[in-house]
Amino acid sequence: MTTYILRRILLSFPVLIGILFATFALARLIPSDPCRAMLGEKATDAVCDDFLRRHGLDKPIPVQFAVYMGEILKGDFGRSFRFSMPVTEILIQRLPITVELSFAALLVSILVGIPLGVISAVRHNSWVDVLTMLWANIGVSMPVFWLGLMLAYIFALALKGTPLQLPPSGRLSPGLITVPFYEVWNLKVAAGTTTFTMLDFLSRVNILNGLLTNDWKLVKDAIVHLILPALALGTIPMALIARMARSSMLEVLGQDYIRTARAKGLRQRVVVMKHAFRNALLPLVTVIGLSLGGLLGGAVLTETVFNLSGVGRILYEAITARDYGIVQAFTVVIAVFFVILNLIVDISYAYLDPRIRLD
Amino acid sequence: MSQEVQVIQSLDAEGIALQSVSLWNITRRRLFRRKSAIVGIVILGILIFIALTAQWLAPYDPIRSMLDVKGYPVRPEKRQSPCIHAFGCPEERPQHLMGLDGNIRDEFSRVLYGARLSLFIGFATVTFAIFIGTVLGALSGYFGGWLDNIIMRIMDVLLAFPSLLLAIAIVTVLGPGLINALLAIGIVSIPAYARVVRASVLSVREMEYVSATRALGGDTLQILFRRILPNALTPLIVQGTLGIATAILDAAALSFLGLGAQPPTPEWGSMLGAERNQVFTAPHLVFLPGIAIALTVLSFNLLGDGLRDALDPRLAHVS
Repeated sequence: MTTYILRRILLSFPVLIGILFATFALARLIPSDPCRAMLGEKATDAVCDDFLRRHGLDKPIPVQFAVYMGEILKGDFGRSFRFSMPVTEILIQRLPITVELSFAALLVSILVGIPLGVISAVRHNSWVDVLTMLWANIGVSMPVFWLGLMLAYIFALALKGTPLQLPPSGRLSPGLITVPFYEVWNLKVAAGTTTFTMLDFLSRVNILNGLLTNDWKLVKDAIVHLILPALALGTIPMALIARMARSSMLEVLGQDYIRTARAKGLRQRVVVMKHAFRNALLPLVTVIGLSLGGLLGGAVLTETVFNLSGVGRILYEAITARDYGIVQAFTVVIAVFFVILNLIVDISYAYLDPRIRLD
Repeated sequence: MSQEVQVIQSLDAEGIALQSVSLWNITRRRLFRRKSAIVGIVILGILIFIALTAQWLAPYDPIRSMLDVKGYPVRPEKRQSPCIHAFGCPEERPQHLMGLDGNIRDEFSRVLYGARLSLFIGFATVTFAIFIGTVLGALSGYFGGWLDNIIMRIMDVLLAFPSLLLAIAIVTVLGPGLINALLAIGIVSIPAYARVVRASVLSVREMEYVSATRALGGDTLQILFRRILPNALTPLIVQGTLGIATAILDAAALSFLGLGAQPPTPEWGSMLGAERNQVFTAPHLVFLPGIAIALTVLSFNLLGDGLRDALDPRLAHVS
C-alpha cells in the first residue's frame, strides 16, 4: 500500500509542473503589455525598461519560470494590482467562503444522492426508481446559475412570509458581527506567522467559527444563508451520484454472492447494507471525487448568483478587470487542489479494492 | 458442378440476409425501444426544426426593439410580462408569448433564434474537439513511446483543471466573444476524445487483421484510417452526444458571465445573464431561457445515454 501511494504521488509531479507551466504561459500569452497595462499614461520607454528589469521580465523565459516556481513554493503569489495587496492574503480571505460552500454542496449531494440511488436500485422499476431517474436526468441538464436564480425567486419571493423563506444573497444577515475564535479563546499569536494564517483561515469559515465560539446565533444564520447556494451547487453532483449509486448497486445486487447471502436467510437490510453497498461504493468514490472538480467550476457561477465573494467570484472579477496576478494564483491553487483530490480518490480506491494496489 | 454453384448461391443469399441486420439496424431498433431515448429524439427533433425555421416562426426580429417596429399599436413597456390572447390578454395589445426583455425586444423570437445558436455551439465545439482529439489519440496510441507520453501528459494537465475554469482562463487570454468561447470549450473537451481514441487504437493495434494489412503493404495512413479508427467510432458517438450537452451548458455559463456571446446576440446564457438582477421583478426573462437550455441539454443527455446502451455489445442479447 505504501509503495502504491508513493508511486502515485511521484506520478502526479509531472502534472503539477505542467499545471504551473500552463498558468505561467497563460499570463505571458495574454496580448497586453503588463507595464502599460499597469502604469497607463505614465509609461514611457525608459520607465517601461526599468519596470521590466525590476520585475525580472527582461530575463530569458526559462529563468523567469524557475523564479516563478521558487516563489510559488514559498507561498508567494505576487501582488494584485487592483487591491494592491499580496495575492496570498486575498486567497486566505476568500478561500474559506468557497470551501464552506463546496463542502455544504457536497454534503447535500452525498446525503441525498446515495440514499436515492440505493433505494431506486433496491426498488428497481418502482415509482421511486422512475422518479429518481427522471430527477437525475433533469438535474444534470439544468444550468447551475439558472437553478440558483430560480431557488432565490422561489424561497425569497414566492415563499416570503412563510417559515420556508430563505435569504437570496450574502453570507450573514447585515449587522451580525463575528469574533474570530482565537480572540475569544485569548490565544496570543503574532500576526504574520504561519499559525496565525491558519487560525485566521479557519476563523473565516463562519459555521466552524460559530461552533468553536459557542455562538449558535451565528451558526444558524450562516447555515440559513448557505442552504440555497448549496442546493443550487449540489444538484448536479447529487444527480450524478444518484445515477452512479443506482447503476453500481444494480450491478452488485445481480451477483451470485448476493443470492447466496439471501439464501442464507439474511435480512434484506443486511444484504443491502453489508454485502452490496460496500462493493457498490467503489465507482461512487470516483464520481464524488470528480464532481468536486465540477463543484469548483460551478462555484464561480453560484457565487456570482448569490453575491458571495469567494474564490470563484473574485476570480471572475479579476478576469474582467485583467488582474492577472489573481487569475494566475487562483488557477494554480484550484488545479493543485484538483490534482490532490484525484490523488486521494486513487488512494481510497486502492484502499477499498485490494486488486488495484496489488496490480 | 451445379451443386457447388447452388451452395455458393445459397451462401450468397445467406450473406445478404446477414448483412441486412447491420450494426446500425440493431442499434436503431434498440434505441427506439428505450422510452427516454425517444423523448430525447423528439425534443431534439423539435429543436432542430425550430432552429431551421426560426426566421419564419419568430413573430419579430430578435435584435430589434419594439420601438423601431413600424405600426406597433401601443407604447411598449420594458420587461413586459407575457401577453397571450388565448389567456385573456386584451386583443388590442400585440401578442408576446414570452413578454418583452430589458431592451423591449420580443423574448419569444429571441428564444427561438437561440435554438439555432445553441445547436451550432454544441455541434461546432464537439466537431472541433473530436477532430483534434482523434488525431492526437491516434498518433499517441499508434506510435506510442515518447510521442504518446508527451501527448497524454498534456492531456493530463488539461484534465487537471475543472473544465469551466479552464475555459474561463482560455477566454481571458483570447478575449471575450462567441468564437473564442467556442474555441475554449473545444480545447477543454479534447482530452476526453483523445483518450477514447487512444484506448481503441491500443486495443486493436496488434490484432491479426492489422498486421495482415501491414504485411500486404498498406501504408500507415491506410491502416490507421481504414483498419483501426472505425473501431473508435462507437465510443466517439456516445462521448460526442454527451459532450454536446456539456458544451452547450459550458457555453451558456460563459455567456452568462459575459465572456461568450455578446449582446445583442440572442444566446440563452447571455439573455439570462443580462436579466439576472431582474429575477424578482421579471422572472419570465430568467425562467424561459433557462428552460430552453435545460431542455436542449436534456435531449442530448437522453439520446447519449440511449446510444450508449444501444451500442454496448455486452447488451447485444437484449435485442
